[in-house]
Amino acid sequence: MKILITGISGGLARQLAQKLALMGHEVLGIDRRPWLDPPSNVKVFNVDIRKRPAEDVFRHHKPEALIHMATVTHLTAKQEERYRINLGGTQTVFEHCHTYGVKQALFIGRHTVYGAAADAPLYRNEAEPPLATATYPALADLVAADLFAGSALWRYPQLNTAVLRLAYTLGPSLRGTLASFLGPNKGHTVPTILGFDPLFQVMHEADAVDAIIAALNANLRGVFNVAGPPPIPLSVLCKKVNRITLPLPEPLYSLITSRLSLSSLPHSARKHIKYPVVIQDKAFRKQAGYQPRISQEQLLQSFESYSLN
Amino acid sequence: MFAADELLKLTTSKQVAQRLDSLDIPFGPLGFDPFGISKRHLGLFYTLLEPLYRHYFKVEVSGLEHVPAEGRAMLIGNHSGGVPVDAGMIFASVFFGANPPRHVHGMVEKFAQNLPFLSPIFSRIGQLTGLPEHAVQILEAERLLLAFPEGVRGTGKLFSERYQLERFGTGFMRVALQTQSPIVPFAFVGGEEAMPVVYHAQTLANLIGVPYIPIPKHIVPLPKPEFCQVVYGPALHFEGSGNERDAVIQDYVDQVKEAIVNLIAQGRKRRDERIKLHKEEQENLTGGGKLSNLSSKLTAKPLLRDTELNNYDQS
Repeated sequence: MKILITGISGGLARQLAQKLALMGHEVLGIDRRPWLDPPSNVKVFNVDIRKRPAEDVFRHHKPEALIHMATVTHLTAKQEERYRINLGGTQTVFEHCHTYGVKQALFIGRHTVYGAAADAPLYRNEAEPPLATATYPALADLVAADLFAGSALWRYPQLNTAVLRLAYTLGPSLRGTLASFLGPNKGHTVPTILGFDPLFQVMHEADAVDAIIAALNANLRGVFNVAGPPPIPLSVLCKKVNRITLPLPEPLYSLITSRLSLSSLPHSARKHIKYPVVIQDKAFRKQAGYQPRISQEQLLQSFESYSLN
Repeated sequence: MFAADELLKLTTSKQVAQRLDSLDIPFGPLGFDPFGISKRHLGLFYTLLEPLYRHYFKVEVSGLEHVPAEGRAMLIGNHSGGVPVDAGMIFASVFFGANPPRHVHGMVEKFAQNLPFLSPIFSRIGQLTGLPEHAVQILEAERLLLAFPEGVRGTGKLFSERYQLERFGTGFMRVALQTQSPIVPFAFVGGEEAMPVVYHAQTLANLIGVPYIPIPKHIVPLPKPEFCQVVYGPALHFEGSGNERDAVIQDYVDQVKEAIVNLIAQGRKRRDERIKLHKEEQENLTGGGKLSNLSSKLTAKPLLRDTELNNYDQS
C-alpha cells in the first residue's frame, strides 16, 4: 500500500515509517524538518503541509492511506504557529484526502485532550467530551484539530477516518510531551506539586507504532483511545526512569523553578501533574485486535537505558 | 520514595500481608492495580484499621456469608451521624472477616480530590471520587462497592434522630440495574453512640465551606470507643436496565431501605445484649463474681446468623 505520513521527521513517525517500509509498504513523508538518512524505500518531501508543494505530493503520488502526525504542542511552538499547523494543517490534509481519493486517514492525537480535572472520572472513554480547552487552554488547538479530524467521518463519508488518542509514549527517540517533561538525562530533576501524585498512563513507542499499524490493517473508522499497560503514579514513573522528583508547594512552583532554572510547566498545565488523565481503550483493543506487548517495567527500563548519562 | 516504600512494607502486620496476598486484585509487578491501588499503602491502611476494628470499636459481624466471595456487588447501608466510622469498619469486616478476604471500594466527596496529600492516599487505597462513572467501572471490574444512599443527609443526623433513615438517593439503584449487580444491604450499629452529635456549629461550617461541624455530647469531635455491630442481610436482586421510570426505581429503593431498617433493629438488639453482658461482667469483676463464666458468654459466643437473629427478634 502507498502510505503518506505527515510530520514524518518526528520521533514516533520515523519508527512508524521504518516499520511500514520493512513490511513492504511504499512510504512517503512530508515534513518541514529534515530527516537526513531515511531508509531507501522511504521518500521524504521537505515541504510545509499547508503549502502548494504538499498538495503536489497528493496529486502526483496518489497515496492510498494518510497518517497525519504533523501536530505540535506548546512545548515546541508558539500559539500562532500551533493554530497554523495543528488546525490549518489538519484542515488542509483532509481536504487533499478528499480531493485526491485517499481511501483511509488516521489522525494521531493525544489522550490529554480529555483534560485533567479533580472531578473527572479516572478512565475516560471516547464518548466523553474533550475538556482540555477548559482545564488547559494551551491545548485548545489540539482539541480543535482532534474534533475537526473526527468531523471528516460525516463530511467525507467515503474516506475511512480514524482518530487515535494515544496515551503518553516513551522510547528510544527521547521525544514527545512526557519525555520532554522528564528530560533527556538520567538524574534530571522533575519539579512536581507537593501533596499530589497523579496516575500516568504510558506506552512504549514500539507499541504505539504497532497500534497505528493495527488501526491501518483493521481499516478502522471512528474515534479511539489507545493505551498501553495500566497507569502508575508519577513519582514511581520518575523513580523508575532514574529522574529525581522535587515536590514543590503549588504557590511557590514558578518562583522555585525559575530560581533553580528547572524546566517548568505553565500555570494552566499544572493540573496535568496534579490530577490523572487516564483512558479506557477497550474499544480499540477489540476492533483493532491490538494488545500492547511491552510491560510497564520493560518500557520504563527501556526509556531509562536510552536516557543520556 | 523507596525509603517510604520500605517503611510501608515494614509497618504492615504479618496477618494483613497474608490476607493482601489472597486478595482478588490484579496487582502489577510495580504493586499497583488498574485503579491505582497500591498494595503497600493498602497494607498500612488495614494494619492501622485492625486495632480500631477489633479493640476500639469491638466490631461484631454477622451475615458475612451474604457478601459474595467473588464478583461484583454493592454494599448498601445506613450512614452514622457526626464523624462516620462506618465505612472503615465495613472495609475491615470484609477484609478481616471474609475468606478469602476482599477489598471494598468506597467513594469520596469530590472536594477530596483537591486536598493535597489526602487525594493521593484515597487513590492508593481505592477510594475514588463519588461519580456514577466510577461506580460502573468498579462494578464492571467485578469488585465490591460500598455506598450510603443517605449521603451527607445521613452523616448530618443528630443523636436524637439516631438510626432513623434519611431520604435515600436513587442513583445507586440505577447503577445496580445498569451493571446487573446484586445489592447486599447492611446495618452499622454503634456509630451513633460513638459520636452522639447534639449540635451542629453551622455558622463556623459555612465559614470554612463544609456541610456541618458536629459537636458531640463529649465535646471532643472524635468517636468514643463503643461496641459496634455490622449486620449483612441476604443479597437483593433487581431486574431492569437502569432507565426505568422514577416510580419503579423508588419502589426498588424502598425495598432496600426496608431491609436495612430490619437489619438495624437486629443489630441494636444484639448490641444491647452485648452491653448488658459487659456490664454484668464489670459488676462481677468488682464484686468478685463468676468472671470466667460471664467472660466466656461475652467473648466466645459465636456471631449470630440471620436465622438466630430473627429468633432473637421474636424472643
